[in-house]
Amino acid sequence: MADEIFYWQALNRALDELMAVDEAIFILGEDVGLYGGSYRVTEGLYAKYGEWRVRDTPISEGSFTGLGVGAALMGMRPVVEIMTVNFALLALDAIINMAAKVPFMSGGAFPMGLTVRMPGGVAKQLAAQHSQRLEHTLMNVPGLRIVVPATPQDAYWQLKQAVLSDEPVIVLEHELLYFSKGQVDETLPPPPPHRALCRRQGRDLTIIAYSKMAALAEQAAEKLVAQGIDAEVIDLRSLSPIDWHTCAESVARTHRLLIVEEDCRFAGAGAEIAATLTERCFTQLEVAPLRLGGLDIPTPYNGRLEAQTIPQVEDIVAAAKQLFN
Amino acid sequence: MDRDQALAFLHDMTLARAFEERAAQEYMQGNIAGFLHLYPGEEAVAVGVLHACEASDYIVTTYREHVHALVRGVPAEEVMAELFGKSHGCSRGMGGSMHLFDAERRFMGGYAIVGETYPVAVGIGYGIVLKDLPEAVICFFGDGAVNQGTFHESLNMAALWKLPVLFVCENNQYQIGTEIHRHSAVPEVYKRASAYRIPAERVDGMDVLKVYEATQHALQQIRAGTGPQLIECVTYRFRGHSMADPGSYRPPVEVKAFQQVDPVEMALRELSLAYPSPEQIATAGPDCLLRLREYCLDQGHLHEESIKDLEQKVQAEVEAAVQFALECPEPTMDDAWDALLCNRNGEVLT
Repeated sequence: MADEIFYWQALNRALDELMAVDEAIFILGEDVGLYGGSYRVTEGLYAKYGEWRVRDTPISEGSFTGLGVGAALMGMRPVVEIMTVNFALLALDAIINMAAKVPFMSGGAFPMGLTVRMPGGVAKQLAAQHSQRLEHTLMNVPGLRIVVPATPQDAYWQLKQAVLSDEPVIVLEHELLYFSKGQVDETLPPPPPHRALCRRQGRDLTIIAYSKMAALAEQAAEKLVAQGIDAEVIDLRSLSPIDWHTCAESVARTHRLLIVEEDCRFAGAGAEIAATLTERCFTQLEVAPLRLGGLDIPTPYNGRLEAQTIPQVEDIVAAAKQLFN
Repeated sequence: MDRDQALAFLHDMTLARAFEERAAQEYMQGNIAGFLHLYPGEEAVAVGVLHACEASDYIVTTYREHVHALVRGVPAEEVMAELFGKSHGCSRGMGGSMHLFDAERRFMGGYAIVGETYPVAVGIGYGIVLKDLPEAVICFFGDGAVNQGTFHESLNMAALWKLPVLFVCENNQYQIGTEIHRHSAVPEVYKRASAYRIPAERVDGMDVLKVYEATQHALQQIRAGTGPQLIECVTYRFRGHSMADPGSYRPPVEVKAFQQVDPVEMALRELSLAYPSPEQIATAGPDCLLRLREYCLDQGHLHEESIKDLEQKVQAEVEAAVQFALECPEPTMDDAWDALLCNRNGEVLT
């Protein structure tokens, strides 16, 4: 039985193991070196690999992410940590106009082995500028891959896959997952990075979720048993590309679909999932798919109000029951 | 400057001028679409800088980059075919005029969002240091790009970590239609480098030899490991910002001045907004290309007839490039998907 470790430790282990064998890999970001990373993800790596491979940067998101693009173009494997997705708004030119475009615009002539890690999501009363989710923006950009690991095991696997990929990969980590624990078995072969994972099998309803919401969906599914509803829970693991096959196969069996996302519901990831699965599974659906998302409002600082703006376990239970009315 | 070198400069500058004028014609014919930013007037910068580089150096440049590609050795056929959007263009028809790439020649691309070249160059420079190589990166940018945040962010990082980057400002004195005194509190770009303790120099960008020598000197310093350098080349574009821009915001006397007058006098306007007087115009010398021709004639490198020969040779090169571009096949959607998925390495999504 593998050890239980924190999510941040799984990320740290993935980076350490890769850096030990591949000198093209280097990390850069604010306070990733001497300080060890805001969420401890790069702890110990500065001492082990030195300042050139674990580089503390100035507060210059646009340029240090662009630096990653330039380094990737000449064959390096930079791992950029942006302190939170909120600050990634300053780096969108590098991510969207450069990383996602240069391999294409060059006619396929350059690698882009860039990984950009960023924590996001609603944490604990960080207020409107520090509680955002950016997946909707990034999903609309062809040329990017986006992974959303929800467990330490997936964090370990998917970060490794991201770093070794020649495509630009965004790793969206949730701030409240860093100190969640889980087993990490390094001997298991990883599934493909975009593969969705069925976390709970069920017959009556498919709940599709990702990142922190995947665990909440699982908890909701356990509560639904008492209501006589046997829900299947799919953790997407990847938002671009999406494993439509696994999702559609599940919906074809359960005939009911609930999508849960923390991001604002309007034009969010759930809208794409609902639209595509409706197209693919229209005749198999008993009722229209339902989206449960965050409210379309900037996140309030007040703790009670904050909680009301994003789905909670009880909200998922209630939404699931609606599909049977 | 020895004869071979002078002739090489003259060839490239003549080709550059002829290529761009022909591109303008092809645009009017409808063979080239989109944005087309031309380089006439500024040739001394690309030619002087790129002739001072090694083949192992990396070039990062802007959307006004046809000439940079040509001087770097990308065949004129491939550049023209790219402007035509054809499959044998240097970016396979996916990039167009503003996005020329050539991995083999370390031509790392034309970037069309103002201010993007700095971080890309800094990243390549970072990789060079990590790999402990003797190479350098040339980072071109215009005067309008110095007010982007990335200029300051990137110069800071380049200086902080002593990265081998040569920042080359092509100061043509206009940010599209806004003259430099109306867009920059400090219009002497080279002075800004001092904020990051980056050695910097302003050179006459209409004089190819001066640009060449300044670049050589800067690259020597960079290869000695002393960190980045900046050169500001004061120059002038004879045309509008792009083919969509007639450039009518510029006083005709100013355009005429740069076409006919000693560019140095204009370049030394410093903070003055005064335009050259008719007397200055009357007593001045020719533009950068004519200046180099006169130099070659004076030095006995060339006779008038050989200039005609050179012009004919260059016209033939450009004609061949246009023919190649016309005959070249169009890319397909399969080519486009291949370009998008070029780094997927055979991974099949199921």
